[in-house]
Amino acid sequence: MEAKNKDLWVFIEADDSGRAKNVGLELISKARELAGMQGGKLVGVVIGSGTDAAVKAAAAHGADKLIVVDAPEYAPYSTDAFTKAFGELAAKYAPTSILIGATSKGRDLAPRLSCRLKTGLTTDCSALDIDESDGNLACTRPAFGGNLMATIICPNHRPQIVTIRPGVFRLGKADEGRSAEIIREEIRVSPDEIRTRLLETIITAVRETVELEDAEIIVSGGGGCGEEGFKLVHELAAALGGAVGASRVAVDEGWIAYDHQIGQTGKTVRPKLYIACGISGAVHHTSGMSGSKVIVAINNDETAPILNIADYGVVGDLFEVIPVLTKEVKKLKGIE
Amino acid sequence: MKMLVCVKQVPDTAEIRIDPVKNTLIRDGVPSIVNPYDAYALEMAARIKDASPGSEIVLLSMGPEQAKSALKECLSVGGDRAILLSDRAFGGSDASATSYILATAIKKLEAEEGAFDLIFCGKQSIDGDTAQVGPKIAEHLGIPQITYAIDTMVDGDLVKVRREVDEGFELIAAKMPCLVTVTKPFYEPRFPTIRSKMTANRKEITVYTCADFDGIDTAAIGLTGSPTKVKDTFTPPVKSGCVMIHEETGADSAMKLFGALVEADAL
Repeated sequence: MEAKNKDLWVFIEADDSGRAKNVGLELISKARELAGMQGGKLVGVVIGSGTDAAVKAAAAHGADKLIVVDAPEYAPYSTDAFTKAFGELAAKYAPTSILIGATSKGRDLAPRLSCRLKTGLTTDCSALDIDESDGNLACTRPAFGGNLMATIICPNHRPQIVTIRPGVFRLGKADEGRSAEIIREEIRVSPDEIRTRLLETIITAVRETVELEDAEIIVSGGGGCGEEGFKLVHELAAALGGAVGASRVAVDEGWIAYDHQIGQTGKTVRPKLYIACGISGAVHHTSGMSGSKVIVAINNDETAPILNIADYGVVGDLFEVIPVLTKEVKKLKGIE
Repeated sequence: MKMLVCVKQVPDTAEIRIDPVKNTLIRDGVPSIVNPYDAYALEMAARIKDASPGSEIVLLSMGPEQAKSALKECLSVGGDRAILLSDRAFGGSDASATSYILATAIKKLEAEEGAFDLIFCGKQSIDGDTAQVGPKIAEHLGIPQITYAIDTMVDGDLVKVRREVDEGFELIAAKMPCLVTVTKPFYEPRFPTIRSKMTANRKEITVYTCADFDGIDTAAIGLTGSPTKVKDTFTPPVKSGCVMIHEETGADSAMKLFGALVEADAL
């Protein structure tokens, strides 16, 4: 497919109540930069049912234009309905790039959409740039379990489609007075075109998600903690007014729930202070927290790879170190 | 039930180390394994086969000759027969090209022996980590997809899949045929027995090359047929200048750390 313009699209994913998820708005903030470099418009794409709040938020965060498909059959999300709507929009307007948040919906939709549009897709990017020589999007992503970073381009196919993990880019400030051109497209999907049916949803984690990704201080536990160590991690986090994170090992061991997992298959965080307790620091984990401002590692192994990215490395037994640290923090904050 | 499971042989990424001097991946001596998510996918299919005797599981892989060892392993834990797609022309394929080749092979199999009710893929491979191949195969075949499954049940002509999503879990139903991509379930893959290993070893693995597929679009395969290109690779940057704190006792270290954090205004 040939691009008809230099427009950059951002998928504004709405939740079931029609509100924009943060990731789409984060992407708008980044896309503002990129659209300027590409010389095209920044267009938000909203697909859903009852999406006015999402449309408003996308405009307030900086979209030039919004293309909206709003009909009852778009809630709940289905691969078939969203691929059809997004595919038809992309075929009609032929943008040069599409950015999609790597949420469960985005990860389900993006590969199917890129296959329908016969173009390439780069998933789970942790950095985005424009190559000034040819205007291609240069997408950097981890591979080999995060041991290697690769920069991927899609030089001869359009649109270039990319998914980006939530939390990779900072959420910009909303300007409620800002308005955008709104185009409503009527694309209807008949019930027999939607071949999957949602029978049941079990929500386990919404509030925790927000807490972790917005936290300014995170105390995380890993394989060196054990269930007992996690109690100390929770106490320190509480004293600091921070949230609790974990490595994959700790989640796999069942010491803490999956929604606390930070890293390649968990969340990406960038707090002001990150304290890693008993975490060796496999790239799987560090790829989700290396953007933190100050990193502290508490580990009894002085060769642990986490020390390669830490600002302060305490070599010692976390069961001795954390309680004293917690006590001092409580004293400082005047907590009894 | 006629099922197909896609399998990839991958390096065990947990064993990959970085050369501290050259700052490159050390891949020598890294063992090759069955992609863990594919092993989960096979286990999921095998459980369906256990529940409905007479079912068949066909394994499909693309890779060099040595990928046969991964297929043999899968034949010993539930697979009935295996097909390897191996050709230099397939080398360097990205996720788009790979899914096109796998879908072409599935179409050939279906034309010869009838449609698969369920096609399983791991949610992603642990080396490429793209999570694209499953949904792209489904699109090429024109069948529905259900991604990130942790459990799959068959109920008449419906497949019911419990899948993991950001907020929790969903239960999704679709009429078969359907493609399911699999993440870590609550169970582990079964172990082979000596007998199942011996049976697997005696099985012939069918190998197809590019020439076996009439009408395959050779412009859409391999390195040149891949829409995405790797422009550059590098190892993640390392921070220098970590302040090491290693006092006589843990308590002393904690005090020193506390002092440093207060000074840096990090609390």
